[in-house]
Amino acid sequence: MANLTMIQAINEALGISLEQDPRTIILGEDVGHNGGVFRATEGLQAKFGENRVVDTPLAESAIIGTSIGLALNGMRPIAEIQFLGFIFETMDQIASQAARTRFRSQGRFHVPMVIRTPFGGGVRTPEMHADSLEALFLHTPGLKVVMPSNAYDAKGLLLSAIADPDPVLFLEPMRLYRLYRSEVPTEPYQIPLGKAKVVREGTHITIVTWGPMVPVTMDAVKQLQEKHNISCEVIDLRTISPIDTETIIQSVEKTNRALVVHEAVKTGGVGAEIIARINEKALYSLEAPVRRITGFDTPYPMSMVEDHWLPNSEHIINAVLETVNE
Amino acid sequence: MQTYTWNGDYPLYRVLDENGVVCGQLPSLSDDKIIEMYRWMIITRYFDQRAVNLQRQGRTGTYAPFSGQEAAQIGSFALIEKDDWLFTSYRDLAGLMYYGFPMHQSLFFSMGHPFGGHVPEGMNVLPYQIIIGAQILHAVGTAWASKLKGENRVSVTYFGDGATSQGDFHEALNFASVYKAPVIFFCQNNQWAISVPFQRQMATPTIAQKALAYGMEGIRVDGNDIFAVYNAMKRAVERGRAGEGPTLIEAVTYRLGSHTTADDPTRYRDANELMEWKDKRDPIIRLRKFLENKGIWNESMQKDAEQQAKVLVDEAIAAAESFPKPNPAEVFDYVYSTATPDLVEQKAKFLQHGGRER
Repeated sequence: MANLTMIQAINEALGISLEQDPRTIILGEDVGHNGGVFRATEGLQAKFGENRVVDTPLAESAIIGTSIGLALNGMRPIAEIQFLGFIFETMDQIASQAARTRFRSQGRFHVPMVIRTPFGGGVRTPEMHADSLEALFLHTPGLKVVMPSNAYDAKGLLLSAIADPDPVLFLEPMRLYRLYRSEVPTEPYQIPLGKAKVVREGTHITIVTWGPMVPVTMDAVKQLQEKHNISCEVIDLRTISPIDTETIIQSVEKTNRALVVHEAVKTGGVGAEIIARINEKALYSLEAPVRRITGFDTPYPMSMVEDHWLPNSEHIINAVLETVNE
Repeated sequence: MQTYTWNGDYPLYRVLDENGVVCGQLPSLSDDKIIEMYRWMIITRYFDQRAVNLQRQGRTGTYAPFSGQEAAQIGSFALIEKDDWLFTSYRDLAGLMYYGFPMHQSLFFSMGHPFGGHVPEGMNVLPYQIIIGAQILHAVGTAWASKLKGENRVSVTYFGDGATSQGDFHEALNFASVYKAPVIFFCQNNQWAISVPFQRQMATPTIAQKALAYGMEGIRVDGNDIFAVYNAMKRAVERGRAGEGPTLIEAVTYRLGSHTTADDPTRYRDANELMEWKDKRDPIIRLRKFLENKGIWNESMQKDAEQQAKVLVDEAIAAAESFPKPNPAEVFDYVYSTATPDLVEQKAKFLQHGGRER
């Protein structure tokens, strides 16, 4: 056990994979000598060499496109896209190529690869660095999408993603990289993909959230308990695609109320999909409309504005009070 | 201030002139091998004509004809070994069928049968690419992996003149030269990207010269001269296997047919230009002249070869049309290695009553 930040846990998982599997190759912009702009790959090139941890030329489409070829020919590439906001440069290689190769070849070929990428607001990044784009990839068949909210989950989910035979997009909330520490076992362990986690049990309402909004939600539910005696159940989705519908429905059938909290823009977001599923499978359990606390339907704003744009615990408290009192 | 623009000449490499007369160094190929390649040009040309007709008769869907490009494809595929990696576009079926991709399966793409993409075991050929230029990067990746694993394989990717305008083309050549990957970039410059001619696709007079900017070897070859193509490809493959890195080959050829069966080239293309290529530069006529001059081919052999082509293609069409229809429920099976709960549920409902309701 060690008390690690999320970035340390990610670094540890990457090191384990390089150590255990000679097929693992890490590639991306500045991931080698510099150890990544957030130091996720720090020390790995020095330990495993320039053929295993590779500084690529500055080209997102080529990072993913060549990773596809590496995976086809027996390697296990872990590609880094420096910021999720840059991923549009390689949408074709992800959505039409990596995610579709198994389908197009009827299973004759597949592309086991991980795309790691930091995202999210609250750390005063320049423009176009902070977007939360998970909904685009939930809407992409053939791809899995994972998003940890703490160091322990980050290590176990990343090791599962690396072992997965399908392409996995691993979204790392950069605000959480060094915000908290948690106890992380030194040895390898896997947390299964596609399984949400009930991080707090409660009786009055279910809050479904993920990634950077998990700590914000936990702060809100603590206040709701203390000040209003409202008991919230909190689900950390952990895997965005495939969605763990079962865990959500079981919880909503127990609490009869639900709220979805995400940082990404509201319309067409993952929250909309979750609410559709609650409608399909648990409508008659509901005693109030399901609400959403999300970002606004605008581009992510400049850093002087971002604190006003991001959902906060007060928004969550108000939405819970409204829903519970309905 | 000193600026520099390259105004050099990028010569067109040739072995056979337009009359089939030798004007360069012939490859060391046996007569049997040359005749085999020639027969495959006849077979694939006939296949192409039949495939267009099948679409006209409503028996298949959209098809992208390759007629005119047989020498470029067969002459280069002849150098690719079974454990090499191959990434083609949708206009490379002549090469693929010569290489061993089943002829009946080649029809599945335009028939819309998903089994088309189920490439037979034993060949590292990916389902042909639809997105222009996307496959070029994949070949760099497989080549890079071969190099890392110390394997003696090359990766070969086929694409057209239009693809060179894509960012993926540039990114691929740059990555390949940085990692000295054993990859051959085989560009068939067939002069037209649907309706846009080569001269409006780029300002440079050649595609081969782009290799200079990446520090790699480039060859501009007469793509309708099967021996020139063969020699150029042989050099590129040998360089790749010897660890000397990537090569860009520009094969100058011509698309005699439409872009696809959904396209009418008379809307944008001068009939005289077409006749010039059709009558004077057809790669099949050129090789036939060579064979006849050499005294190893004659009219009755030609008739036999055409008859053999007809038999093979007829058999392939019959095999394709009698092949079991796709099972629609299989769409759920190849999205992930293990179907997700959502896919399991959707498949079960689909199988029950074709339904989609919750």
